[in-house]
Amino acid sequence: MTKRVNTTKMAQFGSDAFAAKSFWHNGPAPGASYNFPNMRSSSGEEEMQRSQTPITTGTSVLGLKFDNGVIICADTLGSYGSLARFRDCQRVMKVNNNIAVGVGGDYADFQYLKRVIDQKIMDEHIADDGFALKPKALYTWLTRVMYNRRNKFDPLWNNYVVGGMQEGVPFLGAVDLRGMAYQDRHIATGYGSYIALPLLRDAADKNPNMSLQQAKEIMEKCLEVLYYRDARSFPKYQMAIVTAEGVTVSDVLEVKSNWEVAHMISGF
Amino acid sequence: MAMTEGANRYLPDYSSHPVQHHFSPYSDNGGSIVSIAGDDFVVIGSDTRLSSGFSIHTREQSKLFQVSNSTVLGSTGCWCDTLTLTRLVEARMKMYEHSHNKVMSTPAIAQMLSTMMYYKRFFPYYVSNVLAGLDTEGKGCVFSYDPIGHFSRSDYRAGGSAGALLQPLLDNQIGLKNQEGVTAAPIPLKRAVAILKDVFISAAERDIYTGDGIEIKIITKDGVRTESFGLRKD
Repeated sequence: MTKRVNTTKMAQFGSDAFAAKSFWHNGPAPGASYNFPNMRSSSGEEEMQRSQTPITTGTSVLGLKFDNGVIICADTLGSYGSLARFRDCQRVMKVNNNIAVGVGGDYADFQYLKRVIDQKIMDEHIADDGFALKPKALYTWLTRVMYNRRNKFDPLWNNYVVGGMQEGVPFLGAVDLRGMAYQDRHIATGYGSYIALPLLRDAADKNPNMSLQQAKEIMEKCLEVLYYRDARSFPKYQMAIVTAEGVTVSDVLEVKSNWEVAHMISGF
Repeated sequence: MAMTEGANRYLPDYSSHPVQHHFSPYSDNGGSIVSIAGDDFVVIGSDTRLSSGFSIHTREQSKLFQVSNSTVLGSTGCWCDTLTLTRLVEARMKMYEHSHNKVMSTPAIAQMLSTMMYYKRFFPYYVSNVLAGLDTEGKGCVFSYDPIGHFSRSDYRAGGSAGALLQPLLDNQIGLKNQEGVTAAPIPLKRAVAILKDVFISAAERDIYTGDGIEIKIITKDGVRTESFGLRKD
């Protein structure tokens, strides 16, 4: 059913042709804004609900720079609300020989964007011009994609952590669902920003030039602590390491956890 | 009555029943900017904390964007809007340079920024901008904006999350407001920088969105010089 009223009809059958025209005909209500012609109107029929909620989700992503590279970690759980539904959702991705990406949030949105990124890399490969996408370029591109979708009120419900080597220097950056982005020596998203980030900051402050081995150990500790306290986490994870030599994404590894004191916990 | 046909008539501007979205396109990422102009210089400083609510994303985020050799833009608020806006300003600066073979003056950039902000009047960039630079006569100038493009020139301005906290302090210390027996004299660079640091230390005490450090840019006829200074990190 259309609500549209024929305006010419309205003029013809106006009961009192001599009555004063209403002030500012069809204009916006006081305090409201004007709808410009040829733009989507806000009438009920044309409305659609775009912004969704995340469905199958991944929790924290961790990123850490070390003296000659970057590590990115994330567990492999695809949560369905509070249900630990998919136990092998790998969300650490090798983009090319100098970029790795870790993703949190909606897994479907990640799979969509992964296809787009993979296609970008393939196009570049086909061009065969000797150029390879650099981490900062991907990071900036991601901010634009995410910002565009937020402008449409239809965000990709993800956090992206981009790590890589940019002109021989380690790069680490994060992009969120609004296109908000920053770079730092250490990044943790989701619950990781509460639980792991303080550990990462402490470690990086005490040891500004840490080695790969030291960085690995800190990441393992962070994942362990997250497994203890983040109810949406999982003891299986992947670790991507980017150095000048290239990108390696590990197989699915296991968190070393210690529950010896668990039997002493009481009071609930 | 001629125009009444009941509530069912189609008037797109009036039928604005609220739409429910639990997604907000805006976030408040905090940050403060202070700028002070002198006769032949201008200083602009911003804190380096990028946060959302009680979480600090990074302690080392510069919020000052050098747009030309004599102009610096400070921008805080919704960080994704800041990133977009400043990138657009950079592009417009290059376009101007290529088509006119000269660099845009600070007052011209100020007007352009206003136009760019107002272009998004109905989906604004949720940012607080302070533009500092030297005008065509070489005098220091500060322009400040609201999120939809209103702007005004002044000699000093505080903006961002601690803007309302700091402006009255600047009014008193630089504008010499509510002071008796003082004569206005041009502010020397040294004093401007000292006030700027003091003012940020005070802001970091009371505003949780301001802290970690400050980046100061000093603009003179010789170019732009950068200084940094630590603030409390809690």
